[in-house]
Amino acid sequence: MKLNLALAQINTKLGDVDSNLAKHLDYIKQAKDQKTDLLVFPELSLTGYVLQDLVASVAHKPTDDDPVFKHLLKASHDLDLIVGFVDEDSRHRFYIASAYLSGGKLLHVHHKIYLPTYGLFDEGRFFAPGNSISAFDTRFGRVGMLICEDFWHASPPYLLWLDGADIMLFSSASPGRGLNDKEKLESARWVERVTKAYASMFTSFVAHANRVGYEDGLHFWGGATLFDPNGEEIAIGPYNEEAMVYAQMDLNQLRRTRARLPLLRDERTSLVQKELNRILSRG
Amino acid sequence: MVDLTLSINTELGHEILTGFIKSEITRVGMTRAVIALSGGLDSALSCALAVDALGAENVLAVRLPYKASSKDSLDHAQLLIDQLGVPSKTIEITDMVEPLFKLDPQMSKMRMGNIMARERMIVIYDQSEVFKGLVIGTSNKTEILLGYSTLFGDSASAINPLGDLYKTQVRQLSRAMNIPAPIIDKPPSADLWEGQTDEGELGFTYEEVDKLLYLLVDQRYSPQEAVEAGFDQKFVNAVTARIRRFQFKRMQPPIAKISNRTIGYDFLYLRDWGT
Repeated sequence: MKLNLALAQINTKLGDVDSNLAKHLDYIKQAKDQKTDLLVFPELSLTGYVLQDLVASVAHKPTDDDPVFKHLLKASHDLDLIVGFVDEDSRHRFYIASAYLSGGKLLHVHHKIYLPTYGLFDEGRFFAPGNSISAFDTRFGRVGMLICEDFWHASPPYLLWLDGADIMLFSSASPGRGLNDKEKLESARWVERVTKAYASMFTSFVAHANRVGYEDGLHFWGGATLFDPNGEEIAIGPYNEEAMVYAQMDLNQLRRTRARLPLLRDERTSLVQKELNRILSRG
Repeated sequence: MVDLTLSINTELGHEILTGFIKSEITRVGMTRAVIALSGGLDSALSCALAVDALGAENVLAVRLPYKASSKDSLDHAQLLIDQLGVPSKTIEITDMVEPLFKLDPQMSKMRMGNIMARERMIVIYDQSEVFKGLVIGTSNKTEILLGYSTLFGDSASAINPLGDLYKTQVRQLSRAMNIPAPIIDKPPSADLWEGQTDEGELGFTYEEVDKLLYLLVDQRYSPQEAVEAGFDQKFVNAVTARIRRFQFKRMQPPIAKISNRTIGYDFLYLRDWGT
């Protein structure tokens, strides 16, 4: 089975949801024309990233009656979509979120677990952290979504793997930093290194969509990637410019790789549980 | 071992900085920039980056000499103007600042220097309105950290592409962008009085201090660790004292909080809000 993936490496307007929605619909049309099965947008693709006091005013609910999501849900009849947005729960807590839309329905929402609140980041001041990590079933098999800092920690991808995800779909709004004499920024090198490592260690597909553009002095570097279950790079987007990155996943590669390299079969989950219990019980 | 060459990928740096200038100017509906060209390296590099971002015809270079400014400064600025093919103006500030100088015959060089720097700010902001272009800053990371600037003078700008580059990195990027050699090779100077040089005033070279700043700021070394890495204790003390003492130059003036929601504390929006 082949999955035609597209990663929308877009710029956004900070706090202008209507304008960002129009760009989403434009990219969706382009992707549909290329017979894309699944289109992934970056973190907070409907709102922009450094929202600060704009958070409450840009929040939306991924439902039919929402003025933004009704268009996206309708578009998801043609192809599956992952979009980044600010989710507001019934008790008015705000989350950095990714929604997976398919066939006019919401299949899954992931709330960002790890909110970086250090260095140039201040997410914990403005958002509530998510509280669950779970894979979910799609027409392409079981997948998992994570958002940026979530995959700077090793445990969320690991948990998705154990929960059955064979396709990991990551999205980021990653500010570029660490210019030295190397070919790429330190932040880009780090992210590419770990996403490739997850694909290799979990013998899974790992896709990453990162935004581009500037917000004040922050610069987002793009460079969307897809790695296959062998950890090989299938596609990499350009740096620092808007692009639609098309890539095909040959899902049969999962079987071939895991027949050769049965890391999933041999994973000792009860041992992990036993040792975690021991470590955590030390208090 | 920390790499103290501070060497950068100039192609990538150029791409990020020109993208920054273009993004931050066009997103507010503008297309043009103005730059006060001193004849020195920082303004030359800012100007060259702005040209690559916006096109030469969209960048106005303004020379703002005082009667005692060195002829080299004017000539070097002209070299760059000719090389980049940008529109330019020369507006002498002598007649603007002299009346103020005459009010106090005892006026120090420092005061006169600050007045000239602020007069240049007034003129470049006026030209900003005439040319319909935003003022591009020219302060580099070294001078911002050392507080080596005139508040509301040369430090004033709409956007600053150089503020995260140390002086030695400014030189490296300038070489890569073919800034004329006389501008790169001469001793850096604010040229506020004859014979003034940055390194003479500061008491150390940019090359030395950039390495130390890189350890203290970028690599988060403690002053003691910097000494252990081979820097002189007095030098480390002098530089750390300067960094702390001039924090005020790096900030908006603090607002006294009395309401529930106060600008700067809990009224938080990026400048790029809505764009």
